[in-house]
Amino acid sequence: MIRILTLLVALCFDAPAAAERIVATGDLGVVIERATGSVLIIDQSEMATVARVEGFGDLSHASVVFSPDQRFAYVFGRDGGLTKLDLTTQSIANRVIQSGNAIGGAISDDGRLVAVSNYDPGGVRIFDADTLELVADLPTEAKTIGLVDAPGRKFVFSTWDTGETWIADLSAELPQVTRIENVGINPYDALITGDGRRYIVGLFGEDGLTAFDLWADEIKPTRILENYGKGDEALPVYKMPHLEGWALAGDRFVLPAVGHHEVLWIDAQSLEEVGRTKTHGQPIFAVARPDGRHVWVNYAHPDNDTVEVIDTLSGEVIRTLKPGPAVLHMEFTPRGHRLWLSVRDGNRIEIYDTGTFEKLGEIPADTPSGIFFTARAHKSGL
Amino acid sequence: MARRIALVLALLATPAAAAEIGPQKAAVLERLVVQDCGSCHGLTLKGGLGHAIHPEKMQHYDRETLADIILDGVPGTAMPPWRALLTENEALWIADYLRAGGLQ
Repeated sequence: MIRILTLLVALCFDAPAAAERIVATGDLGVVIERATGSVLIIDQSEMATVARVEGFGDLSHASVVFSPDQRFAYVFGRDGGLTKLDLTTQSIANRVIQSGNAIGGAISDDGRLVAVSNYDPGGVRIFDADTLELVADLPTEAKTIGLVDAPGRKFVFSTWDTGETWIADLSAELPQVTRIENVGINPYDALITGDGRRYIVGLFGEDGLTAFDLWADEIKPTRILENYGKGDEALPVYKMPHLEGWALAGDRFVLPAVGHHEVLWIDAQSLEEVGRTKTHGQPIFAVARPDGRHVWVNYAHPDNDTVEVIDTLSGEVIRTLKPGPAVLHMEFTPRGHRLWLSVRDGNRIEIYDTGTFEKLGEIPADTPSGIFFTARAHKSGL
Repeated sequence: MARRIALVLALLATPAAAAEIGPQKAAVLERLVVQDCGSCHGLTLKGGLGHAIHPEKMQHYDRETLADIILDGVPGTAMPPWRALLTENEALWIADYLRAGGLQ
């Protein structure tokens, strides 16, 4: 009898508690499972999977941004799919196919607009973050790359085929577009610094990069690091590097060199090269730990089983890790105490202590690629 | 009729060429096509930074031409030469695979 009473009491208390289940999202994240069109919701403190959600379409080269309240993840698929994932209900809240072929997106500083970079038809489309209704269509007649958000409800992006950079200002009712030509041959990716001041475009067709000072009255392209590969024969590029690892490492940026086994160090003020580090392969991501003390680097095929850690002060490789076949992406916890990385062909995520470099755990995942923690919601350009 | 014979021959040639690659190697090559070619050409090969390379498009090329493109790349574009990583036989296997629509 007492037992039954206890059960009844438990039921009475449990029922309302379940209905008001509280899900805090600050240490959640998502992992892209690229071959199956699914997404894992993970808890980075627990080092565990919370849920798997399916139905995202073709997720090759997928990327994610988060709403300012860290409740929604916007997942950008290759097939033009823009999917709004609710992390609290672990289900798809909305989904549109907005183009035939897309390559990532961005969310405005106020969290109201989501922009998607498209290859086909080339251009950027901007959507209401709540409803996913089209707000603005900016056709470029070229494949767009390097789309980032900038302060003041702006988006900046560049074009692969035509070598242009566009700055779209969405702060007024009608979008104002500034179009800058002659940025360079075949821009392949771009980054914006955390302060929103500098937009730096990587060039595939030239030995160098192009930088913009977005604080200047007249915004114009400036070539930097011209001829950085001079004297060395460029190697075949089996995978385009990413420039997202903008995070300042001390007073320097670190960037992957295209077609060379090197990363380049750039002075954050003068934008001049201040050094380079020889690496194991062609770098794909060179990501600074949030405090800037170390930089972790992964590599293109066929060297993609390796990750190297470079000390920012000495510029030397201090650790070589061999996580397994096809390390695609790395994500630091917000304060940098751990790093998560995806081992695509090993079908797992590995988690490392960034102080001791010890492996702390593994999570199974089906051909995982991108890893994105909700802390990105509060950073420009991510 | 001659056309039909040519087609039959072509179909016969495909498995014969593919047979020169063992099943283990074939699995490695398939993964390479889907994942690594896919990073530019799209996981479903419908295109990305690189052109679409699904079977309909690939019918416009014979297998030797495709193998040459794979091995030597296309100068002036982002298509790299894969010769350092693939043998001619492997490139032909990939050419057959693309033309036959191995992903379907």
